[in-house]
Amino acid sequence: MTKTLRGAFAALACSTLLASPALAELTGDLKIFLDTSNPAPRATMEKMIADFQEAHPDLNIETTVIDREAYKTQIRNFLTANAPDVANWYAANRMKPFVDAGLFEDVSDLWAEAEIADNLASTKGAMTIDGKQWGVPYTYYQWGVYYRKDIYDDLGLSEPTDWDSFKANCQAIVDSGKACFTIGTKYLWTAGGWFDYLNMRTNGFDFHMALAAGEVSWEDERVKQTFANWRELIDMGAFIDNHQTYSWQEALPFMVQGDAAGYLMGNFAVAPLREAGLTDDQLDFYQFPAINPDVELAEDAPTDTFHIPANATNKEAAREFLRFVVSADVQTEINNGKNLGQLPVNAASMVDDDKFLNEGFKMLSSNSPGGVAQFWDRDAPAEMAKVSMEGFQEFMVKPDNLDRILAKLERARQRIYK
Amino acid sequence: MFPRPIEKSTPAARVAYKTLLPVALLFWLLPLLAVAVFSVKPDADFTSGNYWGWPSSFEALNNYGKVFFASDMPRYLLNSVLITVPTVIGAVALSTMTGFALGIYKFRGNLLIFFMFIAGNFVPFQILMVPVRDLTLEMGLYNTKTGLVLFHIAFQTGFCTLFMRNFIRALPFELIEAARVEGVSEIRIFRYVVLPLMRPAIAALSVLIFTFIWNDYFWAVVLTQGAESQPVTAGITSFNAQYRAAYHLMSAGSIVAALPPVLMFFLMQRHFIAGLTLGAVK
Amino acid sequence: MQTLPKRGFWARNQRRLAPWLFLAPGIAFFLVYVILPVFQSFNLSLYEWDGLGAKEYLGLRNYEDLYWEFVDRDAFFISLKNNLIWLFLYLLAIPGGLFIALFLNQNVWGIRLYKSLFFFPFVISQVVVGLVFAWFYDPAFGLLNVALGWIGLGPINVLGDENLVTYGIIAAGLWPQTAYCMILYLTGLNAVDPEQIEAGRLDGAKGLRMLWHIILPQLRPATFIAFVVTIIGALRSFDLISIMTQGGPFGSSRVLAFYMFEVALSEYGFRMGYGAAIAVVLFLIMLCFIAYFLWSMWREEKGH
Repeated sequence: MTKTLRGAFAALACSTLLASPALAELTGDLKIFLDTSNPAPRATMEKMIADFQEAHPDLNIETTVIDREAYKTQIRNFLTANAPDVANWYAANRMKPFVDAGLFEDVSDLWAEAEIADNLASTKGAMTIDGKQWGVPYTYYQWGVYYRKDIYDDLGLSEPTDWDSFKANCQAIVDSGKACFTIGTKYLWTAGGWFDYLNMRTNGFDFHMALAAGEVSWEDERVKQTFANWRELIDMGAFIDNHQTYSWQEALPFMVQGDAAGYLMGNFAVAPLREAGLTDDQLDFYQFPAINPDVELAEDAPTDTFHIPANATNKEAAREFLRFVVSADVQTEINNGKNLGQLPVNAASMVDDDKFLNEGFKMLSSNSPGGVAQFWDRDAPAEMAKVSMEGFQEFMVKPDNLDRILAKLERARQRIYK
Repeated sequence: MFPRPIEKSTPAARVAYKTLLPVALLFWLLPLLAVAVFSVKPDADFTSGNYWGWPSSFEALNNYGKVFFASDMPRYLLNSVLITVPTVIGAVALSTMTGFALGIYKFRGNLLIFFMFIAGNFVPFQILMVPVRDLTLEMGLYNTKTGLVLFHIAFQTGFCTLFMRNFIRALPFELIEAARVEGVSEIRIFRYVVLPLMRPAIAALSVLIFTFIWNDYFWAVVLTQGAESQPVTAGITSFNAQYRAAYHLMSAGSIVAALPPVLMFFLMQRHFIAGLTLGAVK
Repeated sequence: MQTLPKRGFWARNQRRLAPWLFLAPGIAFFLVYVILPVFQSFNLSLYEWDGLGAKEYLGLRNYEDLYWEFVDRDAFFISLKNNLIWLFLYLLAIPGGLFIALFLNQNVWGIRLYKSLFFFPFVISQVVVGLVFAWFYDPAFGLLNVALGWIGLGPINVLGDENLVTYGIIAAGLWPQTAYCMILYLTGLNAVDPEQIEAGRLDGAKGLRMLWHIILPQLRPATFIAFVVTIIGALRSFDLISIMTQGGPFGSSRVLAFYMFEVALSEYGFRMGYGAAIAVVLFLIMLCFIAYFLWSMWREEKGH
């Protein structure tokens, strides 16, 4: 491991030297703020930073790790008052408030460098606002249905390929006394995942994005069709009861104990499911099947990012750090199964040989012709995301309230996107 | 005494009362006892669904060990101490002075200032939230214990002034008059005549403010962010995020977080209750 | 001798200057951190501000939006409604506290320990109370549903039901609040005049009649304080909601204090001005009570 990394920055040092031969050794302080508070990602990040430190011994690096949930509200404080030199965040609309307020540094210059321009092209769109790039990605991951293969086998089911087989499978699972899907909607966003897939499969990627951008009415018939499809699942009892009281982690045991057969989730769910004792023979993955055959498949693949705050003091070192993070070898290393267990953003990197990562990579690179979305709460503006996800949760508990919910969302839309 | 002392009732009533007491207490503290039981259970009891049965083994050492040695809990506890103690000292110091001024002197605006303190004390936190956060950011004290302490001192001064002023009002005024006749300066009167008499009030108020500040959650969330400055009330939520669904550890963590004010209460019970009722009921 | 004129000035004026000297630090702190922010919030409620960029003046637009939310029965309406429920139900802590105080006002062995143990919930942080009750209500394993199961009822998901959730959280809040009122009444009962009780007994007053006509009037100061602290507690309810439900399910357990925080500073909240407007509404509600408290105290001061 260390060897590959040594190689990594040896190569990197060369490339930067070539790129800017006059570059002096970096000095001064480099303050990094991270939200990777869970033990495994935290260790990965700390290791990566230690390697960067080794390459730049004169740099005084100071890392602060903040609780992941707390970070989301605190970023706006430290960007204005106490800016670090590097901070991590999320792509797309989620970074828009900070870009609009001039709190993120324009790093289009980095994206003009051949190494990045060539290898990171696929994520450039998610990092672009107003034609400029405001940070770099460091990891992304697929969403899809993680399911209990052993339960499917017992019931004689196979991975669904279209909406009808999806529902037929679900009916069979419900008839066997289990729920098809576990979900915990206490913190709302999990319901956003379901909406993303149902809406993208019903109306397509472009419509979904138009809705996120506030260009379509929530009372549009097409939106109602999405909810009608969702309602079929709700009415058949596809979801576990009381999901509104659980967080996504609290919903995991239903799947582990076999009370629910599947979970529409991001790839980060694999690690806790494995930890809880599910083997790779029991656990499998499939792409959310087509609903409307006329629309192209599109996927959610949220991208996590690094940014340089506009108020940073050591932007030169920060840029160097960003180059380091996206370089092919570092990407290979930090995203492997022992570390983040996610997908590298650099096309020249290797995807770790893990069954779920391979499937995800294949799906995103060859079977997502419609486009790649970031996730509902990153694609829609914060306020709309909040009020709509609350509506999704209410719909999942009280589907009869749909008209009232949509009317409320439409009122919110009129106010938010003016 | 009301109600009628039970000793004067029939023996049957006395026995009934004495059995009812522990039963009532058990029900009253049931939710808490449940958490105490959770905190000594092994992980396996939760996965096997044995929530309310007898613990299959006693893991107190293990669970509490994790809280103290494998998490940021000790840091949060230390932060709480470093926030609470200076606040108590600051708020009590300021309010002995304001209480003295408002309780002893007759001047125009006395009642007005007194009422300002009381009214401010009742204000909902939310109306202060955004400006106080901005102020703290501007002073460069955001996410520092100092920032939190300064606000707490200021806000608690309202309640403490009410308390101290009423206490001083009840002191024998003749003592002060006598000192003045002797030609003792006002500052020395405060220092050598009034302050010694205020000891019980200071003790009571300290214990009370300690509990209030230790248990503060709202301002901790608004003014601080990480393990380097957050007190334990806010820390417990990060702790819980880390150990989501690990009920035995969350229970142990909660008990550890709740313990210091409980100890304070039991050790200083007399002062505590005096504090709650003295400033108020007089 | 040289310092005499100086000392003379202080000696002549110290009675006039001393109070201001003693008040200065306290007032300075209080003005900066409490009084001024109230006015700043009033001002901010006229602006749109995301907390990052420039402020934009809106006039009363934020209040207009609140009005429409009220009319449309959106979040603001629900918060206001829940605040009223909190106000009324929280007052149950007063009779509850009185009841326990009467129950414990005896002189048997160990009663002091009982009194402190009954007071216990008040000492614990609301964060812990919230966690404890969230588990108590848990639909899968919570003690509540276990107990309901014994008598053949349930299971109910208190915190997941939009009609029950507020009551569930209030019940959690009542636990420490009742303990608080209890201690106020226990102290009050100590001070009740035994002669009046005897006189009442001679007149044949017993039980409830005695309580109503003789005891309660003497407990008025305790009741007043219990009322004050309970009203404030009800309007400040934030911690429990934040810990137990985050305002959910689908926003049905919000109160103004939580909604304000949510709108201004939570994960998806960027509307500082709007939050300030909500805080102003909450403040105005509180102001009615503050005015009443001050008026009662002023009357009392006059009486002295």
